[in-house]
Amino acid sequence: MTEQLRVLIAKPGLDGHDRGAKVIARALRDAGMEVIYTGLRQTPEMIVESALQEDVDGIGLSILSGAHMTLVPRVMEGLREMGLEHVKVFVGGIIPAEDKAELEEMGVAGVFGPGSNTEVVSAFVREQLLEG
Amino acid sequence: MDLVAEALEGNRYALARLISLVEDDGAEARAALTALYPHTGRAHLVGVTGPPGSGKSTLVNELAKQLRARETTVGIVAVDPTSPFTGGALLGDRVRMRDLAGDPGIFIRSMATRGSLGGLAQATNDVVKVLDAADFDLVLIETVGAGQSEVEIARTAHTTVVLEAPGLGDEVQALKAGMMEIADILVVNKADRPGAAHTARALEMAIRRNAPANDGRWEPPILQTVALDGRGVPEVLKAIEAHREHLETSGVWVKRERMRVEAELLNVLQRELLEGLRARVGEEHLESWVERIAAREVDVYTAVGELCQR
Repeated sequence: MTEQLRVLIAKPGLDGHDRGAKVIARALRDAGMEVIYTGLRQTPEMIVESALQEDVDGIGLSILSGAHMTLVPRVMEGLREMGLEHVKVFVGGIIPAEDKAELEEMGVAGVFGPGSNTEVVSAFVREQLLEG
Repeated sequence: MDLVAEALEGNRYALARLISLVEDDGAEARAALTALYPHTGRAHLVGVTGPPGSGKSTLVNELAKQLRARETTVGIVAVDPTSPFTGGALLGDRVRMRDLAGDPGIFIRSMATRGSLGGLAQATNDVVKVLDAADFDLVLIETVGAGQSEVEIARTAHTTVVLEAPGLGDEVQALKAGMMEIADILVVNKADRPGAAHTARALEMAIRRNAPANDGRWEPPILQTVALDGRGVPEVLKAIEAHREHLETSGVWVKRERMRVEAELLNVLQRELLEGLRARVGEEHLESWVERIAAREVDVYTAVGELCQR
């Protein structure tokens, strides 16, 4: 039996728009992954803790508030502290081009803007996760 | 076997990885379970089941919160269904459990059924053992949204809480066999909604007559809660504790434990035998029987008879 891919979808920060997160959660489910959906207003600490307990291969962060440059580094740092460097992080939301480059520099595996094709996103996520 | 040792010492990531190992099954998983088994048997296993939307996750959240106030450590296994078409799953029980974040006395694990029917995953039993061995005092097991025949939980838990909510069906639903008969504690959740008292009465009627299916003299209480704000939940907790005491003093605990083990033994044996036969016979040969049965050349019982001879 091949190993089942597990992904956590979380919405850090205070904006209350979770439609994008739900759409992606569904797309990944339809691509055969086990998606742990955690809902709104998660702190970076909560996200790292859930990722640890659920032993996920990847985390998808949906951020529309513009706070990605403070939230994402905290998640990345928390993962490192817990010894979870192998967990791939993806970010979706409204991310300016220069921030995208910086996030990728930080180790984020993929950044997706509004209107991204969900099939393309889930294929990319799957490929990245299977790479290990 | 480092993973087992680390998990037993309280390393939470080792615990998480051990659960994944057990969930994926295989030789390593079985060796780990062998090492774990002597450490199991201490936790009180409490099942929470009921129809979709009756408030299982919310009740689990509230129960865990109140248990933590008494210093009881709590493991949670929350099961959601796997899609039969894609193999994927959306596990959403954590959404209602955000109050439990940041507490080292709690460990939550979401599980997909991975094709198993009956309300739990094939590996749920074993995942519960891992949490039991890791020294959680109480393990809450939340089933998938269950209807009438998802009664597997009664073979896994010591105490089964069945949730209902007002407006989901008439008395005839409650009279049907299955869910009601496995309840050690019945909870009418969303009791602030109209019809709650009516639902409680209907349940009363149903279980008082179905009672013989339960152990000896335990009378399942029917409680009302509003899990969202915690109303009535202390009473559920009290009933869970009373039930545990009843199990221990009446000797039913030992009896149930034997029944649990027997069901588990038969279940694993069945799986092993089937897998063994599959490997012996070969997929192709099996396939040829399928074709012959479909073509009406032979019936299924004759085929099985022949296959079992090999």
